Amino acid sequence: MDRYSFSLTTFAPNGKLLQIEHALAAVGNGSTSVGIKAANGVVVATEKKTGSSLIDVSSLEHMAMVCNSIGMVYSGMGPDFRVLVSSARKMAQRYIQTYKEDPPVRILVKELASIMQEFTQSGGVRPFGVSLLLAGVDDRGPNLYQVDPSGSYFPWKATAIGKNMINSKTFLEKRFNSDMELEDAVHTAILTLKEGIEGQMTEESIDIGVISTLPAAQSDGKAQPTFKRLSPAEIRDYLSNIA
Amino acid sequence: MSIMQYNGSAVVAMVGKNCVAIAADKRLGQRALTVDMDFQKVFPVTDRTYVGLPGLATDVKTLSDRFRMRVNLYRHREERVIEPETFANMVSQIMYERRFGPYFVEPVVAGLDKKNKPFICGMDLLGCLNYANDFVVSGTASDNLFGMCESLWEPDLEPEELFETISQCLLNAVDRDAVSGWGAVVHIITPDGVITRDLKCRMD
Repeated sequence: MDRYSFSLTTFAPNGKLLQIEHALAAVGNGSTSVGIKAANGVVVATEKKTGSSLIDVSSLEHMAMVCNSIGMVYSGMGPDFRVLVSSARKMAQRYIQTYKEDPPVRILVKELASIMQEFTQSGGVRPFGVSLLLAGVDDRGPNLYQVDPSGSYFPWKATAIGKNMINSKTFLEKRFNSDMELEDAVHTAILTLKEGIEGQMTEESIDIGVISTLPAAQSDGKAQPTFKRLSPAEIRDYLSNIA
Repeated sequence: MSIMQYNGSAVVAMVGKNCVAIAADKRLGQRALTVDMDFQKVFPVTDRTYVGLPGLATDVKTLSDRFRMRVNLYRHREERVIEPETFANMVSQIMYERRFGPYFVEPVVAGLDKKNKPFICGMDLLGCLNYANDFVVSGTASDNLFGMCESLWEPDLEPEELFETISQCLLNAVDRDAVSGWGAVVHIITPDGVITRDLKCRMD
């Protein structure tokens, strides 16, 4: 057999897959993202890190809507995130085409995780350098999931990924309670990010996405819970309330 | 003669008060020749959703098996039981997948959703959905069934009244159709369970 035809992800003698460890290291270098599940919705927030003040941050998108009832955010490599967003959107649309309703969050998470798993085992590819937080609302209520490069996924009440995840999770453990309302959760998410942010926090430097269990009117006349990215003006209001 | 009339069939579904009914004849024929008098055309999908498949018998068998497979996969993947409306959309999609070589079946879906709200719908062989809040008919006796249902159906029938209504509609419709009849079965789906009854009818 050809000497080079082994998969890049071969088990190390200690039982670890080094490529996955490296992918997790890439996530650990990425900007921090937090997610909090409130009683009536979910919030996800992330830091928009830029290398230079010359970058036009208003066009940076670190967060994406997958379908009306599900949104996602990442820590790690931006380009890998875009690939996953487009496959998540395709999966959601395929589900909607079959059943004429949005996929439950868990179903989408499972499918997305199985794609990420495939990239740890296939030849000629590398694992994704991102961890994802998916926020959504379905029949079971609000949901917050994390998906890792290995393809494992976890449901959370509140969590953080990326550079500051350890400190942020400690912070959330102190602040979180499960009957928190969405507005409080947004504040807590901002405070969590603020703990680890370098320099000033402005409406330009963070991205926030919320989804409430309350149905919002759609263009087709039907109403359903809808994921929404907050505008800079809305973020500014939250920031001024905190200061 | 169209292939839709080759085996002969009659299926009808009706909405009652917090209940739905679905009924079908039992004949399987080859044009005028009767081959079987106990051919199943209505299939349980879940405890409270049924599907009726009038049309070409070979496709009735294929489709009932495919639906069972898809519903089982859905139940395992989603860890929940499929709702009648979701199932109807799935059936519609499976039918339209064969847009240019269709299954010769015009399905009817009847069931109660998780809030015990009645749901019925019919569709054509390409999967075009037809929602109704009174009754849907399908099969070779559909014209006759339309006439019977339009005269006998009324809103808010209780389960036993609904049984009587749907039975009379079906029996009298198939008596005026040469290729359906020869026995009939009725399912009444209520929040407490399903009542299934076989009807005695003219065998000529």
